[in-house]
Amino acid sequence: MSTKSSKNLAPALELKNVGKSFGNVVALRDVSLAVYPGQVTCVLGDNGAGKSTLIKILSGVHKQSEGEFNVAGVPADFNSPRDAMAKGIATVFQDLATVPLMSVWRNFFLGNEPKKWWKPLGILDTIKAKKVAKEQLLEMGIDLRDTNQAIGTLSGGERQAVAIARAVYFGANVLILDEPTSALGVRQSGIVLKYILAARERGVAVIFITHNPHHANLVGDHFFLLNRGRMIASFERETVVLDELIQAMAGGSELDTLTHEINVIRND
Amino acid sequence: MTTVKTDERIQRVSFLTKALRRPELGALLGALVIFITFALADTTGQFAGLQGAAGWTKFAAPIGIVAIFVALLMIAGEFDLSSGVMVGTAGLLMGNLVSELGLDVWPSMLITLVFAGLVGLANGYLVIKTGLPSFIVTLATFFVLKGVNLAVTKMLTGTVRVDGIDVASDFESARTWFATKIEIGSASFQISVVWWILFTVFATWLLTRTAFGNWIFAAGGDANAARNAGVPVARTKITLFVLTSMAAALVGAMTLLELRGMQAGQGVGQEFYYIIAAAVGGTLLTGGAGSAIGASIGAAIMGFAAIGIPYALWDQDWVSTFLGVILFLAVLVNTWLSKRAKGARK
Repeated sequence: MSTKSSKNLAPALELKNVGKSFGNVVALRDVSLAVYPGQVTCVLGDNGAGKSTLIKILSGVHKQSEGEFNVAGVPADFNSPRDAMAKGIATVFQDLATVPLMSVWRNFFLGNEPKKWWKPLGILDTIKAKKVAKEQLLEMGIDLRDTNQAIGTLSGGERQAVAIARAVYFGANVLILDEPTSALGVRQSGIVLKYILAARERGVAVIFITHNPHHANLVGDHFFLLNRGRMIASFERETVVLDELIQAMAGGSELDTLTHEINVIRND
Repeated sequence: MTTVKTDERIQRVSFLTKALRRPELGALLGALVIFITFALADTTGQFAGLQGAAGWTKFAAPIGIVAIFVALLMIAGEFDLSSGVMVGTAGLLMGNLVSELGLDVWPSMLITLVFAGLVGLANGYLVIKTGLPSFIVTLATFFVLKGVNLAVTKMLTGTVRVDGIDVASDFESARTWFATKIEIGSASFQISVVWWILFTVFATWLLTRTAFGNWIFAAGGDANAARNAGVPVARTKITLFVLTSMAAALVGAMTLLELRGMQAGQGVGQEFYYIIAAAVGGTLLTGGAGSAIGASIGAAIMGFAAIGIPYALWDQDWVSTFLGVILFLAVLVNTWLSKRAKGARK
C-alpha cells in the first residue's frame, strides 16, 4: 500500500471553518477538513452528528452559511449537484445509485450514454457501452458474467461497486460515499471496502462517510469525527487506534456513562 | 484447439430461456394461442387468410398506434387517461377547422397536431409541477375534454356531429396518406396498418437504441436514481406525454378522414384499450419495464377478438368480457414468466 504524504499534495477539496444553519437550528459549526487525491478521508459520526449536512454541502445540494469551501484551491460556488459533478465531485448515495430493472451496462452509462453517428440523434453505441462497462468493472476488480443482466440481480455490495466504478470512469476526482456499507453484511461490506481502495489507487480523493469505525479503520488515511455538528477530533492513519476511534466517536464519557447504566440494569 | 476467449462462468443459455426473458414473449405466445383458437372456430374460412388479416389489422392499427406511446409512457411510470378522448377532440377540432373555418385539410391537421402536443405538454407539466399522480391529472383532462367535445360541437354545428370535410380541395390528397386502402391479393388493407408498423419499429428503436430510451426505462424504474445519475427525468416524461397526445390526434385525424365526419363521443373509453394492449404486451404498470412490440401484439390480440368472434358466429356482445379475461391472464402469465426468467433483460 502506498503511503503518500499529505503535506506535499494540494488538497482536492477543503473546508475552512464551515458552518450551516437552517433557521435557528445549527446543523454544522466550525468544521475544517482537507481531502487529498489518492487518499481515503473518513468522516465518522453517530446519527444526528451532521454527516448528511456535510455531504449536502460537499455535493452541491446546500450552500454553507459560514466559512470557506475550496475545490482545487478555488472557492466553490455550487447551485446544484450538477455543478458539483461538473467539477469532478461525484456522490454515490446509498440505495439511490442504480435502477434495479435495467441492465448493468445501461446503468453504468445512465445519464452519460455513449453515442454514435450524429450525436444529437442520441443513438446508443451499445457495442461500445457493453465493452467499456465490462472492462471498467474488471479494472475495479468487479468480474461480471454478463453486463446484460439486470443490476437488481446483483448483491447490494456489487451494486454499490458498480456505482463507484461508474463515478470513477466518468472522471470523478472526488468521490463522496454516503454510508456505502451501512445496509450490507460483513462480506458485502468487504467488497465495497476493496473498491474504495481501488478508487484510491487510481488517485481519486475518496470521502467515506460512515458510522462504522471498524470499516473506517480498515481503509482510512485520515479520520474526522463529527458530533452534534462539530468536528470533535481528527486522526491520521499512522497514529490511530481503533478503540480510540470508537471511544471518540461515541463521545468518550457518554459511552462510559452508558456502559455504567447498562451494568447497573444487568446487576439488578 | 480453440482460441476464442470465453468466460467459463457464462452458462450456455438456451434460446428458450433467452426468449423467456423478453417482456413481450407472454403476449406473443398468447397471441398465437388466441389466433389458432379463432382460426379453428372460424366458420367463414377467412380468419387465418388475407381477408381476415385485413379485418383484424383494421381494428388493431388505430389502437396499436396510440397503445405504443401509452406503453412508452407507462414504462416511464406515468398514465395518460386522456389519450382516448384526445382521438375525438382531435377529429372534432380538425373537422371544425375545415367545415366551420373553411381551412384546407392539411393545415387543419397540422394545427390539430400542434394543439394535441400542447395538451400533452399541459398534462406533463401539471404532473411534474404539482407532483400529483398522472392518473388523476389525466383523468381530469379526460373529463374536461369530454365536456368540451360535446359542448363546442353542439355550439358550432347544432348537432353532436361534425360533417362536411370532404368539400375541402385537398381532402383526397390527405386521404391518400391517412385513409386509403392498399390491395394485397384479394384483400384490401387500411393504410393505417403501414403507420402502425412504422410506429412500432420507430418506438422499438427509440426505446432500445437511443439515450432517450435509456432515460424512459430509468425514469420509470427509479426516478431518484435516474436524477442522481443526471437523467432529465421531467423532460423525458413531458416529452412522452406530448408524443402520446399527438399519436392520439393522428388516429383522430385518420378516423375523421376515413369516416368523413366525427361524433362528439368518439374515442371515449379507448384509453382502456390502449392500457390493456400495453399491459398484455408485458409493460409493467409500475413502470421500468416493457416494450413497444408488446403493445402492438396486445393490439393485435384485440383485433383477433373483434374479428374472430363474429367469424366464429359467437355472440359479439361478449368481446369485452373476452378482453377482460385475456388482460387478467396475460398479466398473470407475464408476471410469472418474468419471475421465472429473472436475470438478463435487454
